[in-house]
Amino acid sequence: MRYFTEDHEWVDIDGDIGTVGITDYAQGQLGDIVFVDVPEEGKTVSKGDEAAVVESVKAASDVYSPVSGTVIEGNADLADNPGLVNEDADGDGWFFKLTLSDPSELEDLMDEAKYEAFVTKL
Amino acid sequence: MRYLPLTQPDREAMLAVIGAKTIDDLFVDVPALAQLDGPIHGLPMHASELSVERHMTKLAKKNLAAGDAPFFLGCGAYRHHVPASVDHLIQRGEFLTAYTPYQPEIAQGTLQMLFEFQTQVARLLGTDVANASMYDGSTACWEAIGMARRITKRGKAILSEGLHPHYVSVAKTMAKYTGDELVTSIPVLTALAPADDTDQLLGAIDRDTSCVVVQYPNILGHIRDFSELAAACHHQGALLIVVVTEPVALGLIKSPGEMDADIVVGEGQSIGVGLQFGGPYVGLMGCKEKYIRQMPGRFCGETVDAEGKRGFVLTLSTREQHIRREKATSNICTNSGLCALAFSIHMTLLGEAGLRALAATNHASAVAAAERLSQVPGVQLVNDSFFNEFTLKLSKEARPVVRALADNGILAGVSLGRLYPGVDALENGLVVAVTETTTAEDVETLAAALQEALA
Amino acid sequence: MSINQSGWRPTSPETGVESGGTFTGNRGLMLEEPLIFEIGSTETTGVEVAEPAKVASNLGGLARNAPIGLPGLSEPETVRHYTRLSRQNYAIDLGLFPLGSCTMKHNPRLNEKMARLPGFADIHPLQPVDTVQGALEVINELAVWLITLTGMHGVAMTPKAGAHGELCGILCIKAALEAKGEGHRKVILVPESAHGTNPATAAFAGYSVEDIPATAEGRVDLEALKTRLGPDVAGVMITNPNTCGLFERDMKAISDAVHAAGGYVYCDGANFNAIVGRVRPGDLGIDAMHINLHKTFSTPHGGGGPGSGPVVLSEALSPYGPLPFTERHADGHITLVEEETVGDRHPHSFGRMCAFHGQMGMFTRALTYILSHGADGLRQVAEDSVLNANYILRSLEDTLDAPFAHSGPCMHEAIFSDDGLPGDFSTIDIAKGLIDEGYHPMTMYFPLVVHGAMLVEPTETESKAALDQFIGALRSVAQRAKAGDESLKSAPHFAPRRRLDETLAARKPVLVWKDPELAQAAE
Repeated sequence: MRYFTEDHEWVDIDGDIGTVGITDYAQGQLGDIVFVDVPEEGKTVSKGDEAAVVESVKAASDVYSPVSGTVIEGNADLADNPGLVNEDADGDGWFFKLTLSDPSELEDLMDEAKYEAFVTKL
Repeated sequence: MRYLPLTQPDREAMLAVIGAKTIDDLFVDVPALAQLDGPIHGLPMHASELSVERHMTKLAKKNLAAGDAPFFLGCGAYRHHVPASVDHLIQRGEFLTAYTPYQPEIAQGTLQMLFEFQTQVARLLGTDVANASMYDGSTACWEAIGMARRITKRGKAILSEGLHPHYVSVAKTMAKYTGDELVTSIPVLTALAPADDTDQLLGAIDRDTSCVVVQYPNILGHIRDFSELAAACHHQGALLIVVVTEPVALGLIKSPGEMDADIVVGEGQSIGVGLQFGGPYVGLMGCKEKYIRQMPGRFCGETVDAEGKRGFVLTLSTREQHIRREKATSNICTNSGLCALAFSIHMTLLGEAGLRALAATNHASAVAAAERLSQVPGVQLVNDSFFNEFTLKLSKEARPVVRALADNGILAGVSLGRLYPGVDALENGLVVAVTETTTAEDVETLAAALQEALA
Repeated sequence: MSINQSGWRPTSPETGVESGGTFTGNRGLMLEEPLIFEIGSTETTGVEVAEPAKVASNLGGLARNAPIGLPGLSEPETVRHYTRLSRQNYAIDLGLFPLGSCTMKHNPRLNEKMARLPGFADIHPLQPVDTVQGALEVINELAVWLITLTGMHGVAMTPKAGAHGELCGILCIKAALEAKGEGHRKVILVPESAHGTNPATAAFAGYSVEDIPATAEGRVDLEALKTRLGPDVAGVMITNPNTCGLFERDMKAISDAVHAAGGYVYCDGANFNAIVGRVRPGDLGIDAMHINLHKTFSTPHGGGGPGSGPVVLSEALSPYGPLPFTERHADGHITLVEEETVGDRHPHSFGRMCAFHGQMGMFTRALTYILSHGADGLRQVAEDSVLNANYILRSLEDTLDAPFAHSGPCMHEAIFSDDGLPGDFSTIDIAKGLIDEGYHPMTMYFPLVVHGAMLVEPTETESKAALDQFIGALRSVAQRAKAGDESLKSAPHFAPRRRLDETLAARKPVLVWKDPELAQAAE
């Protein structure tokens, strides 16, 4: 089940593991991605904390964690191929995985339908 | 007025297009209390080129130029011969009056030059990469300490006693705001080994250390091998920063990169950029490839254009203030573009063979001068090694001797009393620099004058 | 008659058959130029160095034996290389350079001549002060001009650039607050429209930065500012005229409010050209302002630097200014206050910002310029710069959206937005189209508060004819964009290079030249 934030992050839930990425809409807005700074294994994040940074040629944007938890893996493929985020933001361009510390936070997030409606209004 | 092309009819025609009666209408947003009704009182009115030239020339003549005296000053700024073409080329309008190359399609001249400069600097310093220059060596040194803090996430920087005292002073000032703890000391005037603090530094590195900063050659002119120090730093997870204030030395002595330094900074003034009473100069900064994203300053990178032709652009800009704002690696905006160009042109004219020959001449002249001067009664050479700058221990306090010689038209070097005021143990020290512009007659004149002063 | 024997029979020119390109890749006077690493060699040199005397070397066993890799060229080749490179640059000497906030005015050559007098160029910063009285007088004379023009109390001359000057000003503020026991104030307020150096500088000094919103008229929202001021605010950083080219009408009220709340006012002086000689920022209550000598006072931009950023200071902040500085004595003698005497002369100085004494080479140039203009000329500079910008604003407001044009005149720069351009056309297409017209583009996408901002600052050294030509060119490009001219999307077409792949440069940074033969061998 995939949840979305108003800052264009998504999180896929599988048990108590979440995979976080940015949406296709977001990568389109950013332009060609040149560098991604993913968090290290073991880092604890709270919902809304800066967890990663995504850079295009002329801008650097913070990526906020949609939920609280502990990072278990950053996507190592993005180091050599940051363009993956442009090519497949919803899949291979994921940023990091974490174990959730408070699954109830998901209740405040949007589902796909709500996110799509949100985007059309922007 | 010769720099203002608008004529009165022009101004009137333009006001008519704008729909304003007088120029004052365009300053309507300035509150009345702040509007000045005429030129500011007490300041002179405009002047012709001739009269400005007269005024400035009179002021210039009140200075004793290095070329008009036997000259032996160094300590972070060196007098070298700059070939005539350098100054002509940097005054081409397309270099002098160009802007930062943010629109690369019409700035390939600046950008290609910067790419060449970065490569020359990286090779000279022995680092993987170099940036497009900093303001000067002292601010580059401070920025390197900041870089070490960001990379190691530690706050204690150990500065060698051989680091230029102005560079130490800058670091001390800035560290108040970043919370870095600086461990500093001052040199000793001894001719005996160990003549510097390498052993103390080795002993001081611990797991709280972000970096050790050494100068090469150091403020007294000593040359030391830092390979062991680099290894000791790395063993503890710290970085070695090497500061080079006389880059011509690197035509003769091993580069800091070859000794495994992590960050190398320097003052490029010796190559292409004249003394100019302290500025503008050009800071050099290079580092290992893995630290690129933590470097401050501008980078020029190679790429291709839409037709596949090779071209150059500013790159990795997201480190910088205009994008990252408060999260930038530094607040720096400008580099030292025109001085970097002068450095690069001079370096191209020299080439490797020319740089080696220049360095060899500097060293040979310095060795001969040191020998001649240490024959003067009351003069003792401190250094067991040096490139083109060495320290003499005089039998008297050096600063008054320097002043007395200056009154007689001899610029005898930098007294340690000037750099370390109030430190009695150093007050007899005099740092003497000898370059390819120093003649044997100059050395004789200095020797004779010292002999008299110390009698 | 005798028949023409040379073989050359001139006729009237025709355009004829189009060329298929050239062997060299050159196009007439537009010359391609390789890197020095591709044409030079480590054995070639363009200088002659005297044969060194045979002496016993004293290098501590650290001779550099490994190859360095620094190519050399003879003097003719060097001159040709850099001359060819120079011709690939746009420059003020070639035409109007409309970069907003940069003040790209003519760089007078008298400045260059004076800076090169040996008495200025060939003196060492550590010479005994008696041997450099003329240099110290230049610094002093310039300092007096800067203080008088701004109506301030003191000046710190040593900062090496504008951003360095901003840091100086903020550190003076910090020192002053600490001296009053107000060191707990941790916040600096900065308008959203501010130049990136402002928040970067404040952050370095340990402050957290908060935005001050702007009104619909493009100026600082005074009421919002007053609401935010409090005992945690150290001060504000205001650019005036601001980055939208507008004078902050409420500047005095802003200063009064900040002072009443216990803070200080830093003014970013990048736009001083609009008001020099007509307005003294000191009369508006500011505490510190950096001046970009390479903007207002015509020292050359040099392709990216060097700059110089002296900072004028109020009476409240002057005691904290950095060393070294010059001090004139009753007998006219000038000394330098450095670490040695600062304890007596200037005990509250926050310290030293750089080695030696500042950008002396820029001081001689700026003073030469200032003496040339004088008080009346500088006033005329401000007036002509404002006149020129308003002329451009009113000439183009029918073609490009000018968000603040209705609310009154602009100052020395005019701002347009991308509003009104068709959906897939943007500011960048206008900018690149302008390159084909023979101009450097205006400042783009700054300030952030105007969408697709185009900031145009002509300066006072443009003639009416030059302005008219520029206006015509920009109007033409804008009209092409509005008509959907697709060729703009791949402009420039006629510059030495087409659009460059900045994504590639950032993803795979190549920052130094690598010998392709060695790189291949390594693979």
